[in-house]
Amino acid sequence: MLKKTTEIKSPRNAYGEVLVELGAQNKNIVVLDADLSCSTQTCQFHKAYPERFFNCGIAEQDMMCTAAGLACEGKIPFVSTFAMFATARCLDQIRNSICYPKLNVKIVATHGGVTVGEDGASHQALEDISYMRSIPDMTVIVPADYNEVKQVIKYASEIHGPVYVRLARTNLKTVFDEEKYVFNPERAVKICEGSDVTIVTNGETLSEVISCSQMLGENGIKAEVLHVPLVKPFFAASDIIESAKKTGLVITVENHSVIGGLGSAVCEVLSANLPTRVLRIGTPDCFGQSGEQRALMEFFGLSDKKLYERISRYINKK
Amino acid sequence: MKDFNNSVRRDILKMIHGAKSGHPGGSLSCVEILSVLYNKIMFVPRDWKKSPDFDKRDRFILSKGHASAALYSVLANCGFFAHEELMTFRHLGSRLQGHPSTRLGLEGIEVSTGSLGQGLSIACGIALALKLNNNPAYVYTLLGDGEMQEGSVWEALMNASHHKLNNLVIVIDKNRLQIDGDTDRVKSLEPLDKKLEAFGFEVKEVDGHNEDMLEKAFLSAKESDKPFAIIANTVKGKGVSYMENNPGWHGKAPNDNELTVALEELNA
Repeated sequence: MLKKTTEIKSPRNAYGEVLVELGAQNKNIVVLDADLSCSTQTCQFHKAYPERFFNCGIAEQDMMCTAAGLACEGKIPFVSTFAMFATARCLDQIRNSICYPKLNVKIVATHGGVTVGEDGASHQALEDISYMRSIPDMTVIVPADYNEVKQVIKYASEIHGPVYVRLARTNLKTVFDEEKYVFNPERAVKICEGSDVTIVTNGETLSEVISCSQMLGENGIKAEVLHVPLVKPFFAASDIIESAKKTGLVITVENHSVIGGLGSAVCEVLSANLPTRVLRIGTPDCFGQSGEQRALMEFFGLSDKKLYERISRYINKK
Repeated sequence: MKDFNNSVRRDILKMIHGAKSGHPGGSLSCVEILSVLYNKIMFVPRDWKKSPDFDKRDRFILSKGHASAALYSVLANCGFFAHEELMTFRHLGSRLQGHPSTRLGLEGIEVSTGSLGQGLSIACGIALALKLNNNPAYVYTLLGDGEMQEGSVWEALMNASHHKLNNLVIVIDKNRLQIDGDTDRVKSLEPLDKKLEAFGFEVKEVDGHNEDMLEKAFLSAKESDKPFAIIANTVKGKGVSYMENNPGWHGKAPNDNELTVALEELNA
């Protein structure tokens, strides 16, 4: 399932490429963007099917409702812009005009998390998953690498109803083997077995957590790593409870605020089913700031080394 | 048509009275607009999704979703659903939600609205899809004049003219009042006709209670190669003397006595 030799590949490219593939198979797929098509890579679809691509200009609220109207008529709109503008700016439109009528709109937002980098806090969506997760009937998916993005986008196109997919700006290590990995929305992906601690993550922090778990292993801490791309509905709940039963300690890691994202979803499930100590690692209740991508990952404690330091310190103190 | 409009107005008042809440002013102002659309202009099969011609229907979007009582009453009086269901308006479990919803399968409702400034964008999406599908149907949407203060309405107007959506007709129910008072005083929209023209629309201004003028404007919209806007000058609370031009009746239900007086006036 895991890739033996890792490459660095762009999840956004995966999105652009798979849109073109899906567009060939399904004429109902249409794509909307708000003047960021080169960044989100929907430009690939624009080039292939110009009649089915709508550049809405810098007007995200109008874009969301235009997508709703297209969906009313049986189209499958994929709507893209940066995660900041796709969610916070259009929250009312997404809630009232897409989710309330349960329309088949797929919002695929790029540039989620602190790794937007130098553009700084105004462009770093650290609350998008929290917003999207709280709307009824919304499906929320945070894939981890190029190969998983392709499968997740296909899955989004096949299920009916609103979907939010969050992609990173960063070019990421490929974790999953394109031949052997099959995205399964029903389950958490067990990356490795362990008995001392369960680490739950998704998105671009997965490769950091994998590397961190190897460092922990070298120091005698056996971590069980669970990748949970589907944050809502939270089908992986039973896998997380199962693992927590074994390890008795859960740590969540995400490139998102510790309020309302994956960490909160894990706490909600455990508090009701198996009260367990949970350490949530993400951005604390604060805004981001400008910086180079790697420097920001270090600053917010999301890099493999920083994760290793914090987690080993936490476990040794326990 | 006068009898039809009168029944619609009576239903609106009875529904809002029964619900002890609702929006009489902006519902009464758009009765003739809806009546002309449903009785003379739009093709919409009364048996709704059961009709083999369902896909050919003209689409109507009530962007000013708070006028739901007017739309429900027009739909019921046209036979989309049973007239007695009107009195479930705003009650727990009703298909007649405070603002229109598609979740409950109510016949005649195309989209969910209520949060202002979104219906026109949805209408543009539908109009784009109809063009992609080579479907000659029209999309009609009704906005309030106060609703035009929402910035996203102007995003949508740009979108409509950019895509030359000549299958789109918008009507602005210009009753000149919003919750906090005169629209001109709260935040003026003038010159509305010139603004709409500048945004690429062909504009006709009519008396929104004159059915002949409304009908002519709708017919001329079909001849236009541009998106079309009808500014319908109306009276908020039209037909009930004490409600007319009174912003206090934007979102308030008549009590028993007030209902009796209103119904007597409409009978006269």
